[in-house]
Amino acid sequence: MSPVQTMPPRGYHLSKDELGADILEVAMGPHHPSTHGVFRMDLKLDGETVVDLKPVFGYLHRNHEKIAEDISYPMSMPFTDRLDYLCGMTNNWAYALSAEKLIEIEVPERAEYLRVIVGELTRLVNHCLLIGFFINDLGALGTPLLYALREREKILDLFEVLSGARMMVNYIRFGGVRCDLPEGWLGECQRIVDAFPAFLDEYETLLTENEIIIARAQNVGVVTREEAIDFSLTGPMLRASGVNYDIRKVDRYGIYDRFDFKIPIGGHGDCYDRFMVRMLEMRESVKILKQAIRDLPDGNIMGKAPKIFRPAPGEAYGRIEAPKGELGFYLISDGTPIPYRFKVRPPSFVNLTALRHMCLGHKVADAVIILGSIDIVLGEVDR
Amino acid sequence: MSLLAKGILKGMAVTAKNFFQSYYRKERLPTVQYPEEKSTITPFTRNFPFLLYDGDDAVDGMRCTACTLCERACPPQCIYIIKDKDEKGKPILRPRIFDIDTSVCMSCQLCVEVCPYEAIRMDSAFELSNENRFEGLLINRGDLLKSNDYYHALNPVEARETDDRIAAKNALAEAKKKARQKKTRLAAAKAKRPPSRLKKSPPAREKPPQPEKSE
Amino acid sequence: MPQRETGPIGDPTAITIETTIGYMGAIDHQGVIRRFPELEWDDFSGSLILSPERVDEVVSWLKEDPAYRLDYLSCVSGVDYLEKEEKTRVRNEAGKMVVKTSLSPEKMEVVYHFYSMEKKTGPFILKQRVHSRENPVVTSLTPHYRGAELMEREVYDLFGIHFTGHPDLRRILMWEAFQHHPMRKDYVPPNDYEYEPTPHGDVLQRARERREELEGQSP
Ligand code: SF4
Ligand code: SF4
Repeated sequence: MSPVQTMPPRGYHLSKDELGADILEVAMGPHHPSTHGVFRMDLKLDGETVVDLKPVFGYLHRNHEKIAEDISYPMSMPFTDRLDYLCGMTNNWAYALSAEKLIEIEVPERAEYLRVIVGELTRLVNHCLLIGFFINDLGALGTPLLYALREREKILDLFEVLSGARMMVNYIRFGGVRCDLPEGWLGECQRIVDAFPAFLDEYETLLTENEIIIARAQNVGVVTREEAIDFSLTGPMLRASGVNYDIRKVDRYGIYDRFDFKIPIGGHGDCYDRFMVRMLEMRESVKILKQAIRDLPDGNIMGKAPKIFRPAPGEAYGRIEAPKGELGFYLISDGTPIPYRFKVRPPSFVNLTALRHMCLGHKVADAVIILGSIDIVLGEVDR
Repeated sequence: MSLLAKGILKGMAVTAKNFFQSYYRKERLPTVQYPEEKSTITPFTRNFPFLLYDGDDAVDGMRCTACTLCERACPPQCIYIIKDKDEKGKPILRPRIFDIDTSVCMSCQLCVEVCPYEAIRMDSAFELSNENRFEGLLINRGDLLKSNDYYHALNPVEARETDDRIAAKNALAEAKKKARQKKTRLAAAKAKRPPSRLKKSPPAREKPPQPEKSE
Repeated sequence: MPQRETGPIGDPTAITIETTIGYMGAIDHQGVIRRFPELEWDDFSGSLILSPERVDEVVSWLKEDPAYRLDYLSCVSGVDYLEKEEKTRVRNEAGKMVVKTSLSPEKMEVVYHFYSMEKKTGPFILKQRVHSRENPVVTSLTPHYRGAELMEREVYDLFGIHFTGHPDLRRILMWEAFQHHPMRKDYVPPNDYEYEPTPHGDVLQRARERREELEGQSP
């Protein structure tokens, strides 16, 4: 008898009676290749099925909020880069937006456009990387991830020329952006943006019809519409569940109302939809980028920001649609140059709330891809 | 079965295309073999700060005036400045100790932005490994000071802009100084011969009406 | 487990593309005040101030009322206020401006930011306020909004505010054996410095002291 025939049929399920074992507790992580950092899932397994799950984190906790409550407002800007270290630009933007609500500063037109350009480039970077890692979690080790990294690299080079750093950009300031575009930057950006859809086409050919991905990702980790709202999910997670909600459209912060773009909405709320929503969102980002580069006006890049940032007592909550979801900053000022309360509302931290619910009843291997589809970055979860 | 093969085969075709094109297309394989080959560093890349000096002598030409603005603005507090004094204990406008702890510095560039004297800039040197993790990563004044030529080699555009700004500032200061000197000279002149002038001038002003009166 | 109903395998058309979403409108708070006239509305920060006993009633009303439908809880944050002297400038009887000092009592707040996804309105700010820093207890919103679970755990961990009705109130970012609540304003960081690579200043001083202390302890 060949060994193949002795293997159980596909879709097998070993329950604890068959195994002759009790419920098994497994600590998955903190150093596990598929937990995207130092994240631990305490799993209770009945055979291979997850019956309980507790996310454990805090390994990267450095109390960003406490640090920020000891230093002045502008000094916190470089620290926000380190929250979600893949999307420095959007973190900067969210913080600047909240601070600009606290003390009314008008942002010049050109700076708004620049913010949109770097923000959407960040979305491309993040989604590219996430999809690469998601496929990596599914077992396609390396190849698609490296294709994604290759494209990301080009955008990071752009960031380096613009802001001096690839990831810790520290580019956006209260009332504008730090520096204007260097010579030739816009042309290079245009070239990369124009070439991006070709990469997306190729990537879609590689992935979206792949039977293995479909078999592994469809119907896994389903969140219904109502549950998604109840769990306060945001970003692509929420839209994959069929909720028509994008802060770029709803809040119209910055100048997003000037661009013509669409919001992809998923129909099932499973891992495959979350993957597809991100894929399509990249195409929309490319559209926004093309429009923004075309319309970029001349002018100032800094508004009239006061030299010493000392807001009047009050509070402000500013939020943006970061690539991972709603990124908010809640600032309370007591009239001094140091914030009284500095609170970050990190999207991936809140999205993790639904992890247990999504994983229950699935196999261990599915828990890995469900976690991958949430798109967490531990720098932001732990802060 | 045909359904199963289709998507995967398409994917394989993409992979094969990438593989073969990586031999002759740069954008398919943009990596470089690091220690042998180094990727290009843009002039804007920032890593750790350095101090600028003009002229030949590093200490005399130091632009930094030890105003400690950067020390206060540095988020992780990694700059350490002590002001210089001459033998009599009178403070001189330059730092005696200026240390930057590169193990703490987070390359944020805030120190560059606050400096009013264009004295501190970001370097892009990146191979800075050291054997001693404490003192070895603490860069002191002597090592921080780099000449303006170095800055010009690093980032010509920005360096030229900086030079222009400084020149404009100096010219402004010069003009102001001249104006002030002129003022003081005038004042001094006034102080020297006040009575004669005062006596002389009022009649000079009253003179024109006089003929009218007489007519 | 719900099964996929629409869309064949691998069909990206299961994704619909939406172009129109309503613009986020402001919320009129007068309705809440009409419904609960005894509640305090803070005009300064534009928020509804609640004591923990009323939370269940008010929140379920806000969630269900057709005029509000606050179905999405965006952000939960704790705020710690120490007892503090406040100086306000007031006009006395003679019509002169004088500085009056008053003692603002210590308090802790849990701030909730709500939005309505259905009506596309928001934000609505609700603050649970307790006047005790020793043993602050507020009501958990997790039974109403499951999204509050981790955020409330974080507030519990960092501020030491207890949430009654929370299903799983444990520390989340700090480890279980940790004693204090680091985001409180009077938190003093423990003196457990190693010799840090900061050769100057306070940190080095503290590191030295710490080392001496440790060396003194060891036999
Ligand atoms: S770059 Fe930032 S961290 Fe480094 S010395 Fe300057 S201000 Fe400090
Ligand atoms: S480098 Fe600039 S900001 Fe820092 S002390 Fe010197 S002059 Fe002042």
